[in-house]
Amino acid sequence: MSRIEVLKTYKIYIGGKFPRTESGRYYQPKANGKLLGNICLSSRKDFRNATVAARSAQGGWAAKSAYNRSQILYRIAEILEGRRTQFIEELIQQGSKKPQAEKEVNLSIDRLIYFAGWCDKYTQIFSSVNPVASSHFNFSVPEPTGVVAILAPEESGLLGLVSQIAPTIAGGNTCVVLASENIPLCSITLAEVLSTSDVPGGVINILTGNRKELIPHFSAHMDVNALVYCGNNSSEIKIIHEAAVDNLKRVILRDSGSYISDKYESPHLISSLQEIKTTWHPVEKIGAAGSGY
Amino acid sequence: MAEKDYRLSPRVDQVGIQDRVDRFTKRSVKNEAKRKGLYMTLNMIDLTTLEGADTDFKIKQLCYKAQHLHDSFPGLPTTAAVCVYPNFVKTAVNQVKGSGVKVASVATAFPSGHSSSEIKLLDTKIAVDNGADEVDMVISRGKFHSGEYNFVYDEIAAIKEACGKARLKVILETGELGTFDKVRRASDIAMDAGADFIKTSTGKISPAATLPVTLVMLEAIKDYYYETGKMVGMKPAGGISNSKLALQYLLMVKETLGGKWLNNQWFRFGASSLANDVLMQIMKQESGIYQSKDYFSKD
Repeated sequence: MSRIEVLKTYKIYIGGKFPRTESGRYYQPKANGKLLGNICLSSRKDFRNATVAARSAQGGWAAKSAYNRSQILYRIAEILEGRRTQFIEELIQQGSKKPQAEKEVNLSIDRLIYFAGWCDKYTQIFSSVNPVASSHFNFSVPEPTGVVAILAPEESGLLGLVSQIAPTIAGGNTCVVLASENIPLCSITLAEVLSTSDVPGGVINILTGNRKELIPHFSAHMDVNALVYCGNNSSEIKIIHEAAVDNLKRVILRDSGSYISDKYESPHLISSLQEIKTTWHPVEKIGAAGSGY
Repeated sequence: MAEKDYRLSPRVDQVGIQDRVDRFTKRSVKNEAKRKGLYMTLNMIDLTTLEGADTDFKIKQLCYKAQHLHDSFPGLPTTAAVCVYPNFVKTAVNQVKGSGVKVASVATAFPSGHSSSEIKLLDTKIAVDNGADEVDMVISRGKFHSGEYNFVYDEIAAIKEACGKARLKVILETGELGTFDKVRRASDIAMDAGADFIKTSTGKISPAATLPVTLVMLEAIKDYYYETGKMVGMKPAGGISNSKLALQYLLMVKETLGGKWLNNQWFRFGASSLANDVLMQIMKQESGIYQSKDYFSKD
């Protein structure tokens, strides 16, 4: 007897749960003329809910030890490895060739491992002890920016997404991500990986939907501390810059390309989403005898 | 002494209550109705601090906040009252003078209510003498559970007398009563004994105010009103921290008791963090932009 295939319902990922969009809307992206699925067309309220989840998860995530965050990133890579075939199939479904798809999945796993390694190292690299003219011990350390909204690369549905999420969370931030509009399948499957890999709910939230519709809300929300935009549409960038001024959101522009290059493996991707805190610590005496602290 | 046998208070249909509450939670309030509801909510809040760590300065901050909810946006109402422990009443009265904000004080060995009648009366008297406009008393849940309804009734009546002109809110602490039937019974006792308000909870134990338990109390108020023609106020307290929930409470009041109850003479929220959430929602309504706690006062 022939069997009817059981198809997956692609839902969104907010606060560690998989709700449907509150709007009840969906869209139907196609690849090679074939329907990819009924994908949630997220609304501004979904974004709002995701931001609330990201905000409430942020303190706890940043407070975890760097070593523990590292373990969790490594765990994501482990689970992703176990699901390799599924991701490869989805990439092929979305129009990739098989060798390309395999390469993309392998690189995604490797990239997670790469940033897992950086979790307990970037602070040392980007911290400094600063020479000052007064009797102060003056030092600077990076701290997470907070809640980061990410407009993920449009052309790279898995590797591009992972390349944005990994450095963001490695640095103690939480994020709300809008996945690629036309090739969204891997983003939701990645969410399934995240929900089974010790990432606390709310640290990563993934929405699918229409960029144009959501960009104004992503850029204007007062509780979003930084916005990462992957792409090169100048009218979108203008909207973002204008709306982001209200709370002086940090706006970071990145590529929408293939993300295969190893320039996406750099601790500077972590530091771009850190704020530098400088402390002036009074010391009793600085003299010929040496430091007094 | 109470004249009624409170064992005969009406029984509550638990399934029916839950069913009605479910309908309130699925309602969507938008635009102008939402805006009005949010302003109304602000004006119904008893801004509360009841911590062991309270200090005079904390009370001053609270009183300032009650009158200046978000000064960068003009035209906002004040809260209805501030709610403090009796020893802070004097400070609070001085701070809110002339602003229309009332001072409510908890009394009668809040929150447990375990003390002698003398202490409870004195507690009330101190609050009133210091200028409290409203007194929030707790009932003796222990006596209530032992079936000593007359004791509970007499105690409320005595406190009511000690209140003089101050309005009396009677806290049932529904989280310790157990069943809706008992909530109804306690509501009936409190209203018969002279309560101006009945209030769900101290906020010190969980569960505090919930929609179902509030509905049970609203129904009791309705029946009391039909029976005697006297209006009694309602104050859910504890656990109401977001605007959406507050609006659902307002819907429930409107549809159970009617518009007459929709002002701070007859309906209050006992809350501390609710005010900021409502403010954030109001600013969202006005600006179209989702807000952040960073730009509002600390609770």
